[in-house]
Amino acid sequence: MPTFFEVVSPGFLSTVQDSGRFGYRSIGMPVTGALDQYSYKVANLLVSNDENAACLEITLLGPTLKVHGSAVIALTGALFQATLNEQPLPQWQAVEVKENDIITISEAKVGARGYLAVAGGFDVPMVMGSRSTYIRGKIGGFQGRPLQSGDKLEIGSPSKEPLQYVGKLIPMEYVPTYVISADNDIITLRVIMGPQDDYFSKKGVQNFLNSTYIITADSDRMGYRLEGERIEHISKNHVQIISDGIPLGAVQIPGDGMPIIMLADGQTSGGYPKVATVCTADLPLLAQGKPGNKVQFVAITREEAVYLLKEQEDKLCKLRLVLSPNASATAKHFRVAVGNRYFDVWVEER
Amino acid sequence: MSKNFCIKPAGDSALLVQLGNEISPELNAKVRALNLALQHSHFIEGIIETVPAYCSLLVCFDPLKVDPLQLEAELEKAIQSATEHIFSQPTVTVIPVCYGGDLGPDLEFVSDYCKLAPEEVIAFHSAPNYLIYMLGFTPGFPYLGGMDPRIATPRLENPRTKIPAGSVGIAGEQTGIYPIESPGGWRIIGRTPVNIYDPFRTPPVLFSAGNYIRFQPITAEQYKTIKEQAKIGAYKVRTYNLEEEKGTL
Repeated sequence: MPTFFEVVSPGFLSTVQDSGRFGYRSIGMPVTGALDQYSYKVANLLVSNDENAACLEITLLGPTLKVHGSAVIALTGALFQATLNEQPLPQWQAVEVKENDIITISEAKVGARGYLAVAGGFDVPMVMGSRSTYIRGKIGGFQGRPLQSGDKLEIGSPSKEPLQYVGKLIPMEYVPTYVISADNDIITLRVIMGPQDDYFSKKGVQNFLNSTYIITADSDRMGYRLEGERIEHISKNHVQIISDGIPLGAVQIPGDGMPIIMLADGQTSGGYPKVATVCTADLPLLAQGKPGNKVQFVAITREEAVYLLKEQEDKLCKLRLVLSPNASATAKHFRVAVGNRYFDVWVEER
Repeated sequence: MSKNFCIKPAGDSALLVQLGNEISPELNAKVRALNLALQHSHFIEGIIETVPAYCSLLVCFDPLKVDPLQLEAELEKAIQSATEHIFSQPTVTVIPVCYGGDLGPDLEFVSDYCKLAPEEVIAFHSAPNYLIYMLGFTPGFPYLGGMDPRIATPRLENPRTKIPAGSVGIAGEQTGIYPIESPGGWRIIGRTPVNIYDPFRTPPVLFSAGNYIRFQPITAEQYKTIKEQAKIGAYKVRTYNLEEEKGTL
């Protein structure tokens, strides 16, 4: 009998997601995948999964799951009111679950999206190279749709020893700040201007960079729609461009001057000019934004953006070592460049 | 290829290669040539995928694998040599369409609006080879060029919430096919029984950018027959080289 989770109640929007569906944007297929890739990757790391293993992305209000068989799980991302058999379920660590256990993930207290990983990954069919659900295209994930009550989510066989990290705490520096600083309600997104920032008036660009915007209730996996000071185009002729490809995080501005930040399920091409693009390292932060949260934009250079992404990647590399049974959590990580190759070095005081 | 291009950053993980700023078959062919050149060079290290559009190519890459400045330089080289790249003859894919009736509820409106008989609308719509400038919007949605302006009709004022997969419509001077069920404001004049897009097929979409589509009118009877065949994967669309057709004329 395979191990599976029975969906007692599905929550607001729970979908199977992985690192994304790449290679098909040229035919109009969005990338899909976990919106907060950092939390998603840490969840997989905690249960010794391959980094592309399928997780459950949980939105605002989580599901109740009944365990059949036994498994190791980890819940990362937003801070949830979550229990295992009515006892608080610790987050950002591996937890063993057994036959008939009930996992209840209620409301998100801080942030919007959680990632539930299970050792072995959720065993749904691979469609076009990915297990991610593309809701609008009705493909991938669990039968191409969000979870419903009664669904039986099968779990793959863990390739590595899944129990090795159970109960092991990870240092706070690996838990994103959106989870610990609840009082800080302005999300600062760092952006790289362009590719069509010259389609906007000086005042339009000033408004974009100097005022705060509010995340509206229309925001979803396709895009976050914001409201605030109008980002005006130079003229009526600049409201449209000849349709071109849309990168993840693109801030497109339709005729009403209100920004839409394009995310993983968004269309691959479009005809609205894009004033800027959110840097990849800040996309997880945006994914944790709830309707009503405030957002401000800060322009940075591409070099800075790449550096931020490297930092995030380094963190994941280091976490792998911190978690390994013989490593100490106090080791300091250095990345050393020799010629044009990089080496990761951990130094520990004795 | 001329030096009339620019490469703009589109965030930290994409570059927008703009080869011009107009919708023309010639410029679109350049985009296709560059895209093919990049694919034939087995992709430069770090490129994840490309999104060809009317007159630009979005190059998505992993900045942890390739330095963006270095990639820009590589792309410039590729653009300079792209014209020398000989790409395969464009093909024409024949899409059978049953026009009017329940499958094409707006045919009557289009014919009234354009002051043409429904048969004339069908004849004008099924005459040209439509150039597939790009695919986008939803999986397999073709942005087509070459519609007869005599059948141009404005969009619906209130978009429909559900348009069945396979619907063929007109919006202004554009025509297209809805590959999946979606909301939309196009005037629906017919429907094709073939699956334009099937995620379990290789390739998932029946046609690709740079090639052509031709609509072939079929009867409601034929629609049923083809629909049955398509269901079990037994229907094969006709595809031929554009040059072949020219030879027979």
